[in-house]
Amino acid sequence: MDTLLFALFAGIAILSAVVMIMQRHPVSSALALVGVMGSLAILYLLLGATFIAAAQLIVYAGAIMVLFLFVIMLLNAGAEPKPLRQSFLARALGFPLGIALIAILGFLIQRTVPPDSVVVRFADAKAGSPQDIGRALFTQYLLPFEVTSVLVLIAILGAVVLARKET
Amino acid sequence: MPPAPPAVPLTAYLIVSAILFSLGAIGFVIRKNVITMFMCIELMLNAINLSFVAFSYKHGTVDGHLFTFFVMVVAAAEAAVGLAIILTVYKNRNTLMADDIDSLKL
Amino acid sequence: MNFYLVTMIKLGLVAFVFLTALAYLQWIERKVIAHVQLRVGPNRVGPHGLLQPLTDTIKLLTKEDLLPGHVNKFFYFIAPILSVSCALVGISVIPFGPKINVFGVETYMQLTDLNIGVLVLLAASGLGVYGVALAGWASNNKYSLLGGLRASAQMISYELPLSLAIAIPLLVYNSLSMREIVEAQNRFQFGFIPAWGIFQFPYAPFLFIAFIIFLIGAFAETNRIPFDLPEAENELVAGFHTEYASMKFAAFFMAEYANMVNICCLATHLFLGGWVPLFPAPYSDFVPVALFVASGAMMIFHGLNPRIKMDGYTLPAFGVVFIGLGLAHMAPVLKDILVPLFWFLAKAGFLLFLYIWVRATLPRFRYDQLMDFAWIQMFPASLACLFAVGFIVAWWGL
Repeated sequence: MDTLLFALFAGIAILSAVVMIMQRHPVSSALALVGVMGSLAILYLLLGATFIAAAQLIVYAGAIMVLFLFVIMLLNAGAEPKPLRQSFLARALGFPLGIALIAILGFLIQRTVPPDSVVVRFADAKAGSPQDIGRALFTQYLLPFEVTSVLVLIAILGAVVLARKET
Repeated sequence: MPPAPPAVPLTAYLIVSAILFSLGAIGFVIRKNVITMFMCIELMLNAINLSFVAFSYKHGTVDGHLFTFFVMVVAAAEAAVGLAIILTVYKNRNTLMADDIDSLKL
Repeated sequence: MNFYLVTMIKLGLVAFVFLTALAYLQWIERKVIAHVQLRVGPNRVGPHGLLQPLTDTIKLLTKEDLLPGHVNKFFYFIAPILSVSCALVGISVIPFGPKINVFGVETYMQLTDLNIGVLVLLAASGLGVYGVALAGWASNNKYSLLGGLRASAQMISYELPLSLAIAIPLLVYNSLSMREIVEAQNRFQFGFIPAWGIFQFPYAPFLFIAFIIFLIGAFAETNRIPFDLPEAENELVAGFHTEYASMKFAAFFMAEYANMVNICCLATHLFLGGWVPLFPAPYSDFVPVALFVASGAMMIFHGLNPRIKMDGYTLPAFGVVFIGLGLAHMAPVLKDILVPLFWFLAKAGFLLFLYIWVRATLPRFRYDQLMDFAWIQMFPASLACLFAVGFIVAWWGL
């Protein structure tokens, strides 16, 4: 069951990511990214991170991406125009280099984390409930938590200043 | 075809994360729309989050979950400011294509 | 195997009852609004128009499925699906009653009890925005686009006070699991006051304010009057679903009602004590019996009385059914199932009635008023409430 769910949602995530970078229209890209985020939430659940999975859906998919979609719709952004002239070199080299990037990263992972050393089973997950997160957040990670709250405050101020009408 | 393994190795999660990260990086390079480029950054952040959660599972602690949590908060702040900047740029230059936003002075 | 079997049975039961309830909610809404406005409402199809939902469904299913030529096809198709599936997911984490024992099988009256139950509901309602926003955009119509834009801005804005209002009772109950939330309210203070959220000592005043904020936020989140700007008929034709017909339109309609039901159930669990009755145990069992028997008797009396010109067949028949239902609340095995279910449904039903009542009473907000209301009044109010409850929790201990 774990294998099946993992294969299904990892597949959806990668497929949506490919669709996202191949689509010319920003709305299609945004929706594909929502697909990636949704399937990542399922993968988090498989890893036992229930709270993070819910936060992923609420914060990322439910708030940040809605903001993106809102801006795209507000600006009525159309599809990217096809480039007038396309470099042959970029076509010929870009695709293999992209594959190479994935291959290098995969190789590094294979080397540093020996395969089959840890096996993921849903029932074996030790931590990740809201209680665990809350306890760690308000004891061990209290300072970073406060700092991020200041960061969010600054971001709010920045957004307000940027969006305000010039007088 | 070999029989299906009883469970998924942790490496599989990390490789999915690596693939998503690379796709985000590639998308950042090949797309020209500022909003789409911004979304590619979000995709890379998401890929990293998957690694954090996977490592957290390995160690049986919630540290990775908390990093993910902080990344989400920072991403939210970044999206708010970034989209406000994009709106301002669009108001001034009437384009979203990164290639056309090339003059320092209007 | 037993677990799967029980789950499948519960799934079938919940799906059937939920979907039927959605159809009948619409009948109830039309009837209630009609009576508020001194009309009769639907009364042609079946006795008292009771078969109206069935005919509506048949009409929507067999209507021609128009596909406007100027739409973005993929998003046009996927928007109603997204909308309705996000709305229907919510019911799976809502408990309807305590642990019951049916033919020796012990089970909870709930599909799943997640330790993030409340968050799942929040996530489902947050994702519901996509359906509306994409429908507005894909229709390629300026009214629809305006509706979609309004919906996404409104839902992001009102999600803030709504989430804060949800966080306030969570501070008190100390859990995110719906069942544990209800269990935390399942006692009686001073022997007779139920520990429902809005009555719970010493948080009662703040939780009451939070309840009001939650209700207002819920109205906005489900795009209902007085916050139905995304589909304001006299400004935007029909807003985001202008270009939709037949089943795709029905999907949006169903999503709206499903969201209403979900959010009313959530409000019942968070603030009104779920299935915890208003009176301590021995007395609370007689309330449903008395209510059902009394209303059944009244129906029989009105139906058979020749001086009141009501129909003489269906009303007495319903009266007999109601008396039977009332007596079923006293039967030994059924009692444990029906009495908590009655209290839960009574509270959730009252909130749904409130929705309809408000729709029949209040006019629509203006858009700038809507935004000012969310950001200038509700947001600081909910924040202050959260602070107050936080201080009390820290002071009083848990």
